Amino acid sequence: MSSKLADFEDSGNCIHCGLCIASCPTFLELGTEIDSPRGRIQLMRSLRDGTVPLDDTSVRHLDLCLGCRACETTCPSGVRYGALIEGAREFVESRHRRSWWERMKRGLLNRALPNPTIMKTFGWAVRWMTRLGLRRLAGTRLLPASVRRSLRYLPEPETPFRSVNLPEITAPAGAARHRVGLLAGCVMQSLFGDTHASTVRLLTQHGCEVRVPPGAGCCGALPLHNGDRERGLALARRTVAAFDGLDVDAVLTNAAGCGAAMREYGAHFKDHPGYRAAAERVAAKVRDVAEFLHGLPEFAPGRSVNVKVAYHDACHLLNGQGVEAQPRELLKNIAGIEWIDLQEADVCCGSAGTYNLTEPELAGRLAARKARNVVATGADVLVTGNPGCILQIRAALREQGSTIRVVHTADFLAEAYTHGAQARS
Amino acid sequence: MSFMTTSRLVGWLQDIVGNDGVVSHPTELSVYDCDGYTLEKSAPDVVVLPRSTDEVAAVLKRLQCEGVPFVPRGTGTGLSGGCLPLGAPVMVSLSRMNRILELDPANRRAVVQSGVINSWVSRAAKPHGLHYVPDPSSQMACSIGGNVAENSGGPHTLKYGVTTNHVLGVTLVLPDGEVVRLGGMTEDGPGYDLLGVTVGSEGTFGIVTEAILKLQPLPQGCKTLLAVFDSVADGSAAVSAIIAGGIVPAALEMLDHLIIQAVEDAFHFGFPRAAGAVLIAELDGLEAGLERAAGKVREVCEANGATEIRVARDDREREALWKCRKRAFGALGRLAPNFCCQDGVVPPNRLPEIMERVAAIGKAYDLRIGNVFHAGDGNIHPILLYDERDRDETERVVAAGREILRECVRLGGSLTGEHGIGVEKVALMPLIFTPDDLRTMEAVRAVFDPGDRCNPNKIFPSAEERVEVRTPRRQAAM
Ligand SMILES: Cc1cc2nc3c(=O)[nH]c(=O)nc-3n(C[C@H](O)[C@H](O)[C@H](O)COP(=O)(O)OP(=O)(O)OC[C@H]3O[C@@H](n4cnc5c(N)ncnc54)[C@H](O)[C@@H]3O)c2cc1C
Ligand code: SF4
Ligand code: SF4
Repeated sequence: MSSKLADFEDSGNCIHCGLCIASCPTFLELGTEIDSPRGRIQLMRSLRDGTVPLDDTSVRHLDLCLGCRACETTCPSGVRYGALIEGAREFVESRHRRSWWERMKRGLLNRALPNPTIMKTFGWAVRWMTRLGLRRLAGTRLLPASVRRSLRYLPEPETPFRSVNLPEITAPAGAARHRVGLLAGCVMQSLFGDTHASTVRLLTQHGCEVRVPPGAGCCGALPLHNGDRERGLALARRTVAAFDGLDVDAVLTNAAGCGAAMREYGAHFKDHPGYRAAAERVAAKVRDVAEFLHGLPEFAPGRSVNVKVAYHDACHLLNGQGVEAQPRELLKNIAGIEWIDLQEADVCCGSAGTYNLTEPELAGRLAARKARNVVATGADVLVTGNPGCILQIRAALREQGSTIRVVHTADFLAEAYTHGAQARS
Repeated sequence: MSFMTTSRLVGWLQDIVGNDGVVSHPTELSVYDCDGYTLEKSAPDVVVLPRSTDEVAAVLKRLQCEGVPFVPRGTGTGLSGGCLPLGAPVMVSLSRMNRILELDPANRRAVVQSGVINSWVSRAAKPHGLHYVPDPSSQMACSIGGNVAENSGGPHTLKYGVTTNHVLGVTLVLPDGEVVRLGGMTEDGPGYDLLGVTVGSEGTFGIVTEAILKLQPLPQGCKTLLAVFDSVADGSAAVSAIIAGGIVPAALEMLDHLIIQAVEDAFHFGFPRAAGAVLIAELDGLEAGLERAAGKVREVCEANGATEIRVARDDREREALWKCRKRAFGALGRLAPNFCCQDGVVPPNRLPEIMERVAAIGKAYDLRIGNVFHAGDGNIHPILLYDERDRDETERVVAAGREILRECVRLGGSLTGEHGIGVEKVALMPLIFTPDDLRTMEAVRAVFDPGDRCNPNKIFPSAEERVEVRTPRRQAAM
């Protein structure tokens, strides 16, 4: 039995106190106990014990879980909900037969997203379609609602999907004081190349040699999250091998889901004596870019920017990696920033990996909720540390007629921090 | 209810609240089978989730026509089985009524729907320098409706009073669907204090859909002390002495050795693991008087054997300390799969005695008991740890819990400080009330709910239970 499945069998030390309930985005929207963490844990226990049938209804409610792990952050009993739901998903995928349409959709996502070649082609196609004005179709009634909804996630012409081929080694601007590894990733290198470029620029200008091992593509987070354990572990193994050989101080990611998954490599390979040690070594070095930069003594903003800024917590940064204060402090350090607290900053925007593609209805409601809170801040820019959140929140903001920019933390920092650093060095 | 009646009822309810507002699938109903009190379980036949007072009124009217009993549910964090459906096939969940309707900083009031989470009120009021005082440890999850029903308290209600002192008015939908407004925007209207009897009525008068809450300015300054003791006995003696000395701290909370371990595992605050007990004392008010009061608390603690006294250095440390205290119950999952929290009260000067008795009872029944409680109020929370899969242990928990409550009553105290009677303590009511008392209370209830359809089988023992105190009617689902 896999370790996650074992967690599921054990179903944790939940004492049914309910303290986690109001931190759960699906409970906030639906108000039904079975769509709360406590309800889902009870459902998992019943499935385990066979007192509730594994059928479309029970699977439906497990599917509705975002996997955002806000409940885990709240739970005082230390219930490891993330492990429970991953175990439950494996249980479901191995025993429950979904409709052919669901099978096709999920199979496609689990195969296509982790594959940089497919994603690069997709990004290229989208870039062309964007130029041809395809986005505008989202506003017309020519297409069915579901297709129009997906079109909303396409990027805007001024920030197109762009792929990037990062060099294996980028030398620092001055003397090398640190050496770091950076995960090229699947979706990041295929669609968010600009953010990668900003990340490398920030790092090199602050004395870091940046190494991007070509073997490290997809880290396995998406398939692992969706219960496709075999595929996930194969990808994880490759990533571990790629980084373990590098002599680096830290292994950095700029996509929240990847960092969260990579920190768990040790647990994933707990029962694989051959991989365990390497997996634990790599996992111990994983840092989010903002977290790492925050720890650099020489990191100081170079120029002032005159904008009102709010920050949204990506779930897998806050709940999956415990990164909360660092990006905020980096941003607040920039001269000229007017900081505005975002209400419900820690409530998931509904993007959640591939959730917005598999559960568009509830994802849309959470996105709209997030957008309402963002609009209420009156900010010029919303900063966040995860590409999925950016697409999701931006689409929802545009739908509400707002022009607030949504920017990755690395891109925003690169604007404010690198100019000055250049001047100094 | 028969299958036919249930499906007819589902149709009617859907007409009122929409298809997605009615839960009737057995899998989806199964998770409504208990609240935070897990010793007894029973799932409803239908759950309905209205969004407004009008919808609640329409639902209750329909149920009145059909003569169907129902039970209100907030977020189900109750610890006495208050929202356990017993002879009530329909559950009315207020969790979709979760909007803050009006925030009026000038008049220090908030009008909220009853499904609003307690801590949201203070969060919304904070930018205006205000907060909603009653702060049950479950405040991040429990609803205002549940707080009103249970007249909930919290660490800071020692000085400022419990829920009833902070609710100006409620909108109550009576069991026949009539909407009444009790209390109002101002304090102390003319006439009988119907609001007063409604707060704490444990959901037996009807459904509270809205509440007008009082907001208070955030305290100017505060000082939080942590006193370490070798034993619960020393800590309890210090509490009695503080109260007797005429100091009124904003909060006075005790954690015993077992709880310190769980909390340290969970939050790594830095509590001394070897300590027998720690006492958290918070003083608030004008900066000027704070130092003096803190000095006095320190003196009393030292005189009663405190081995160490720490003062929270800043807001961050203070918040961390409160987080530990408020999430202490929750952290117990680290020690055992199930817990049963008792809620007895004794006069503060009897604290040392009752704590000694609790420890002895734990020993006699071979149970692990942790204590984390509102010491200043004499409101003890012995938490009995068990595993529901162990039938014998579960039975010992029930018996030991009852014995603890009997001891509280014997020492001049009561059965519940804030969690309510619910189903848990029904059979113990004759310990503190005569048959006449009970009849009188039932007559009051009948004014609101003459048909006995709103949350039936709670609070009042059945006829035979009035003669002798018996063991629970239903055993835990094991
Ligand atoms: C970890 C933990 C710590 C706790 N700490 C405290 C504490 O410090 N102080 C304290 O007082 N309590 C505490 N409690 C108990 C509990 O949180 C409170 O009793 C709370 O007020 C219950 O609110 P709820 O919304 O969960 O209500 P529920 O559990 O859903 O219901 C409680 C009762 O209220 C009735 N009810 C609910 N909503 C309405 C409504 N709108 N109209 C009419 N009746 C209604 C129900 O029928 C039921 O009888 C704690 C519980 C837990 C699990
Ligand atoms: S997951 Fe944690 S917080 Fe939620 S009900 Fe279980 S023990 Fe309580
Ligand atoms: S992971 Fe997120 S959506 Fe799932 S139960 Fe926890 S809080 Fe709710």
